[in-house]
Amino acid sequence: MAENASAITAPATRYSIAHLKREPRRNYGRWLAAALILLALAAIVKAFAEGQIAWPVVAQFFTAPAILAGLSNTIIMTVCAMAFGLVLGVLFAVMIMSPNPVLKYVAVFYIWFFRGTPLLLQLLLWFNLALIFPTLGIPGVFEMRTVDFMTPFMATLLGLGINQGAYTAEVIRGGILSVDNGQAEAAKVIGMTRLVMLRRIILPQAMRVIIPPIGNEVISMVKLTSIASVIQYEEILRNSQTIYYANNRVMELLIVAAIWYLAVVTVLSVGQHFLEKHFSKSLGAQNANRPAPVAMEGA
Amino acid sequence: MCAMVVVNEIQKYFGTFQALKDVSLEVAAGEVLCIIGPSGSGKSTLLRCINQLERIDGGAVWVADELVGYRQEGDRLYELTDAQIARQRLASGMVFQRFNLFAHLTVLGNIIEGPVVVQKRARKDVIPEAMALLDRVGLADKKDSYPAQLSGGQQQRIAIARALAMKPKLMLFDEPTSALDPELVGEVLEVMQDLARSGMTMVVVTHELGFAREVAHRVVFMDRGSIVETGTPQQVLTHPREQRTRDFIAAVLA
Repeated sequence: MAENASAITAPATRYSIAHLKREPRRNYGRWLAAALILLALAAIVKAFAEGQIAWPVVAQFFTAPAILAGLSNTIIMTVCAMAFGLVLGVLFAVMIMSPNPVLKYVAVFYIWFFRGTPLLLQLLLWFNLALIFPTLGIPGVFEMRTVDFMTPFMATLLGLGINQGAYTAEVIRGGILSVDNGQAEAAKVIGMTRLVMLRRIILPQAMRVIIPPIGNEVISMVKLTSIASVIQYEEILRNSQTIYYANNRVMELLIVAAIWYLAVVTVLSVGQHFLEKHFSKSLGAQNANRPAPVAMEGA
Repeated sequence: MCAMVVVNEIQKYFGTFQALKDVSLEVAAGEVLCIIGPSGSGKSTLLRCINQLERIDGGAVWVADELVGYRQEGDRLYELTDAQIARQRLASGMVFQRFNLFAHLTVLGNIIEGPVVVQKRARKDVIPEAMALLDRVGLADKKDSYPAQLSGGQQQRIAIARALAMKPKLMLFDEPTSALDPELVGEVLEVMQDLARSGMTMVVVTHELGFAREVAHRVVFMDRGSIVETGTPQQVLTHPREQRTRDFIAAVLA
C-alpha cells in the first residue's frame, strides 16, 4: 500500500508528460494548395486587367437608363412569375393530395407535362399561341385577339409561372407530408375544417421545409427570366444585347448584366437567411447554428 | 343522469381486420369511464369513433343526444359535410398519447387557437380564460414557451388545457400517460383527477390501473374488438368474473 501511494506522487514516471512542449501539426499540403490557388487567381486577375475590356464602358453603361429599365423588368417578372408559380404550386399540391381522383390526376398530368418539356419550348408555345387560337375568350361573354393578349410580358409570365408551379407543387407536397399526422388530428379535434387546418396548422409548419428550396427557386427564377429575351421581353440581358448590337461592346455589356444579376441574387440570399430563421424559431436552439447566407446555387 | 355518449353496436374494419365487433356502450353525464385492455384490443379505435377520427362501418354513435356523422330525415340518413362534422367535434375534447401540441405555436397560442380561429371569439376575452386554465394545470409561467422546450408531462398538461379551452361537454383521453417517463406520469394524472372531481364527463383509455381504481366510476375491459366485462373498479379490477380479464390484470401487475 505504501509503495503504491509513493508511486502515484512520484514525479518522474513515464506518465508525467505535462512539462513537455507540444508542437502543432505542420499542414504542408494545406499551404501548398493555398499557394497554388492564389497563384491561379493572380493569373486570372492579371488576364482581366490586361485583357481588352474597356472598364470605363462598363462603368458608363452600369446605370444607363436601358439597363436600369431592363433590371426593373427582370425584377418585376421574377416577382410576378414566382407569385403565380406559388399560387399554382399550392393549388396543385392540394389537388394531388385530394381524395377526388379527377382533381388528383389533373394535377399529376400538369406536373408531368410542364416538368417534362423544356422551358424555352414552353415560352415559344405561349408566344405563338395565336397561330392555333386566333382569338381568346369565353363564347358569348367576351373575346379578344390572341396577339393583343399574348404580349412578350404575358407569354413570359405564363411560361415561367406555370412551369414554376409544377416544381413548386412538388416542393409544397413534400413540405405538407413532412408535418406529423398528429398535428392534423389535433387540429380536427378542436373543430377545424380541412382548409382552416391547412392554412393555420399544416402550411406554417411545412414552411420550414418549403422555404429553403423555394428560396433557391426564386434565385433560379431571377436568372431564368433571361431566356425571355428570345421572345422579345425587355429584361436586362435583352437590353444589354440591344446596346451591344449598336456599339459592339459585347463583353462590357455582358459584364454589366452579370454584376446586376449577382447583386440581386446576393440581396435575395440574405433575405432567404432571415426567412429561414423566422420559420424555424419555434424549434428552439437546435437550428440556431444554421450556415450563414452563402448563395446556394440553382440552375 | 342522461347519457352523454351512446355507442350502439358499432363495427370498424381496417381492410379485412375487424377492429370493433358490435360494441355497445353508454356513458352518463358526469361519469368517468376507464377503458382497459391489451394493445390491439380496439380501445383506442372505440375512442376515435366517438369523435369521428375513424369512420364507423356499422352501428351508430350519439354524443350529447346528437347522432354522429349523419343527419336523420324521415327514414333516411344523410352523411354530414366536412364543416358539419367539424362542428360536431366541438362537443368533445381529446388528449392524445403523443400530445400533438402545435409545434409552431407558443403554449398560449396553442390554447387560444381553437377558441379564436374555430369559435371566432375575441382574443381579449379568450386570453384571461387561457391563463386561468394554465394556472389550473400549474404552467402559467410557461405561456410563451414552445412545445419543444417542455417536458412530456408539461406538454400533456398543456394539451389538456388546450382541449378544455373549447369548453367541451366530454373529454376523451387516449393513453395520455403512455408516452411519458415514469416520473412524469403523476403530474398528468393529478390534473385528470382534478378534472374528474369538477364533474367533467371523461372516457379514458389507460394502462394506469391505479388511476382507474381511484378515479373511475366504471371500468370497461376490452379484448379482440369486443367488450368483455364492465363494472365498478371494484368488480372489474379486484373481482373480475372473466378469465381474460384476470389474465390481463395479472399481466399488468406482474
